[in-house]
Amino acid sequence: MPTMNMIQALNDAHKVTMRADDDIVVFGEDIGFFGGVFRVTEGLQKEFGKTRVFDAPISEGGIVAAAVGMAAYGIKPLIEIQFADYIYPGYDQIVSEVAKMRYRTGGEWTMPMVIRTPYGGGIFGGQTHSQSPESLFTHIAGLKVVVPSTPYDAKGLLIAAVEDPDPVIFFEPKRIYNGPFDGHHDRPVKPWSKHPASEVPEGHYAIPLGKASIVREGEALTILAYGTMVHVALAAVEEHGLDAEVIDLRTLLPLDIAAIEKSVEKTGRCMVAMEAPRTSGFASELVAQVQERCFYHLEAPIERVTGWDTPYPHAYEWAYFPGPKRMKKALEKVMAD
Amino acid sequence: MSEKDPSLRRNAPRLALHVPEPPFRPGDTPDFSSLKIPAAGSAPRPDTTAAAAETHPLATALVRVLGDDHKAVGPWDPKLDADTLRKMLRDMVTVRIFDDRMYRSQRQGKTSFYMKCTGEEAIAIPAQTALDREDMHFPTYRQQGLLIARGYPLVEMMNQIYSNKGDKLKGRQLPIMYSDKAYGFFSISGNLGTQFPQAVGWAMGAAIKGDSRIAMGWIGDGATAEGDFHSALTFAAVYNVPVVLAVVNNQWAISSFSGIAGAERATFAQRAVGYGIASLRVDGNDALAVYAAVKWASERARSNGGPTLIEFFTYRAEGHSTSDDPSGYRPTNEAKAWPLGDPIERLKAHLIAIGEWDDERHSAMTAECDAAVRAAQKESEKLGILPEQGKDDVGSLFEDVYAEVPWHLAEQREEALDETR
Repeated sequence: MPTMNMIQALNDAHKVTMRADDDIVVFGEDIGFFGGVFRVTEGLQKEFGKTRVFDAPISEGGIVAAAVGMAAYGIKPLIEIQFADYIYPGYDQIVSEVAKMRYRTGGEWTMPMVIRTPYGGGIFGGQTHSQSPESLFTHIAGLKVVVPSTPYDAKGLLIAAVEDPDPVIFFEPKRIYNGPFDGHHDRPVKPWSKHPASEVPEGHYAIPLGKASIVREGEALTILAYGTMVHVALAAVEEHGLDAEVIDLRTLLPLDIAAIEKSVEKTGRCMVAMEAPRTSGFASELVAQVQERCFYHLEAPIERVTGWDTPYPHAYEWAYFPGPKRMKKALEKVMAD
Repeated sequence: MSEKDPSLRRNAPRLALHVPEPPFRPGDTPDFSSLKIPAAGSAPRPDTTAAAAETHPLATALVRVLGDDHKAVGPWDPKLDADTLRKMLRDMVTVRIFDDRMYRSQRQGKTSFYMKCTGEEAIAIPAQTALDREDMHFPTYRQQGLLIARGYPLVEMMNQIYSNKGDKLKGRQLPIMYSDKAYGFFSISGNLGTQFPQAVGWAMGAAIKGDSRIAMGWIGDGATAEGDFHSALTFAAVYNVPVVLAVVNNQWAISSFSGIAGAERATFAQRAVGYGIASLRVDGNDALAVYAAVKWASERARSNGGPTLIEFFTYRAEGHSTSDDPSGYRPTNEAKAWPLGDPIERLKAHLIAIGEWDDERHSAMTAECDAAVRAAQKESEKLGILPEQGKDDVGSLFEDVYAEVPWHLAEQREEALDETR
C-alpha cells in the first residue's frame, strides 16, 4: 500500500473523484499550473486540462459565487480557498447562498460542492495564516463541516465530501500536512511515513461523513478533538499515563453524537480540545451537548482546551497554541476527585 | 478635536467630506431639464463582433429607438413584427395589473410584503423576449416580468406571494422571491448583488461544458457598490464568459439616490470600461431599445465574443416595497416629471403610430389581462393566504436543510411538533 502524507492523499482524492466524474471542476488561487501553495492540486491541470482545473482571481467572494452558479448549472465545484483566514470575503456567498439554497428553493436547486481550505496554527503564519474559523461554519444550517487528521482519513473524507449531495466546508489542518504534530514545537518534526495512517489505499474509498473515529480506546476519560489537536491530545495522554478514550470527530457538522454519548457514559469524564478561540467556539457546543446528554454520568466538570480569545499572534505563537501545558492542566482538573 | 489638535496646525485647507445629495427633496419642484437625453436613433450600433473598446463611447450615450413621433428610428431598431410587439405590450400590461393587485393584497393583510416594478416594465419583458427560452436568468426582486414573458402561471407566482398550499417554495421565502428551474429563473436572494457573480459562474459552467445557452445576470444601481458586482465583472472579463450583465438603474435604492452608489462621477455602464468588456447604456423605458441591446449582447455572448454590461436607465416610479413610503425622501410628483415617460404608454403609442393598434383594442386587451389576473388570484386564494399559513405542517420546517434530515434536526423537529400539541 502506498505511503502518503496528507497533501498527497488529498491530491489522490482529487484524481480518484475527477477521473470518475467529468462534472467535477477545480479552481482557486494558484491551484492550476502551479498546483497550489501547499501543492494539493499538483498535476491536476496537466491531467484534466485547463477548463477543469484553473487559477482564479484573488476574489474569494467571486470564487464561491462562481461555484454557486456552476452548481446551479450542474457542475460539481471542488474549490480551494488558499487559507481559511481568507474565506471571509466569501462568507456571504457561503452563508446566504450555498448553505440556504436547497431550503429556500424547496429542494429544487442544490449546492453539492466542496470548499477546501487549510486552517490552523503552528506554522508561524501570524494572524492571517493561522486561524481556525470552523465555529463560524458549524453555526450555519445547511453546511457540513469536515476536518481530517490523517492522510488516510483526508482522502476518504474528501472523496465522501465530493460525493455528498450537500455543500461541505473541508478544513485541512495545515500544520499536519507533512507530518503529525504532538504539540512539542521544540522537538524534531516527524514525517507521516512513520505513522500507520499514512498507508493510503489506491483508488476509491470513502469515509462516511458524520462518523467519528475512536483513535484510542480507554476508560478513564473521553477526549473530543479534531484536526491537529487529535495528535496533541494523544501525545498528552501518553505523557501523563492516562487511560483516555480519544475521539477524532472528523465531521463537526453533523456531529457523531452517538459515539460521544457512548464514550462519556463509559468514562464519566470529558475534555474537549480545539485550536480556535474559546468564547462561542465549537468546543462550547461539545460541552453543551455532553452536559445535556450525559450529565448524570459525569464525575467532574467538562474541561475545554482551546486557543485564547485574542487574535492569532506571530512571535507568541507557542504561548497561544493549546499545547502540552494547557493539556496537562486540563487533564489534571478533569481527573481530580 | 480642538483647534490645538496637531493635525489641524498645518497651513493647509481643511479637508471636506462630500456626501452626495439628490437634486430634489420633498417640497422641491422636480426639474429634469438639465438632463441630457440624446435623440432616438443617434447612438451608433457597433457590430456584435466589434472590439469592446468600440462600444465604450456608448457607455455615456443612451441607446434609444422610439422617437418623439413614436416611430422606431436608427441602427438599433430591432424591426420586430407587430405580433411580437403586441405580445410584449400585453405582458407589460399584465405585470402592471399583477403588481397593482398584489400590492392591494398586501394592504388587505393577505400577505406580508410586495414589490412593484412600475415604470420598469419595459426592461425585463423585452430582455426576455430577446433571449432564448433556454437561457438562464439570475434576477433581482424587480424582474417579475421575466416570468410573465416566459408564460409562467400567474397563480404560481401568487401562491408564492401568499406562501399557501400551492407554494412550491413551501412557505420559506419572502413574497416575490420566486424560483423556478424549469423556467430558467434562479432563486432570488434578499442579500443584494449575490446573484450577479453567480450568473457569471453559471455561464462559466455552460462554457466549460460547450453548451450553447447563455446566462443573464441582473442587479440594481444601488447594489453595484457591493463587492459581488466587481467579482462578477472580474470573472466575466478574465474568462471571457458568455453572460449578459444588466444594471437596472432606477436611480433609487430605497431612499438613497444613485449618487450614493457613485453615479455622480460616472455612469454604471462605464464600470465596464476598466474591465475591458463591452458596454451599452440604454433607455430603459424604451421597449425596443431594451430588446435591441439584449439581442446584441446575447449574440455577442453566443458567438464567444464575451460579456456585455448593459445599464438600463430608468426611474423607480413607486416605493421600494410595501414597507417604503418615498414621500419621505423625494418629491411625490418626481415620477411624473421623469422625462423618459411611461414605458407602457410609449410602446402602445408606437403600435398605434405604425397602424397596428388602437385605443379600443388596448382597452379590450387590458380588460383581458385584468380578468386573467383576477382569475388567478381567485384560484390562488382558494389555496390560502398568508395569515392562515405556517400551522399545519410544522415538520416541513426541518426538511431540505440537507438532503437527509440529520439527528439534530430530527430532535428539534420533535421539539417543534411538541409545541404544536
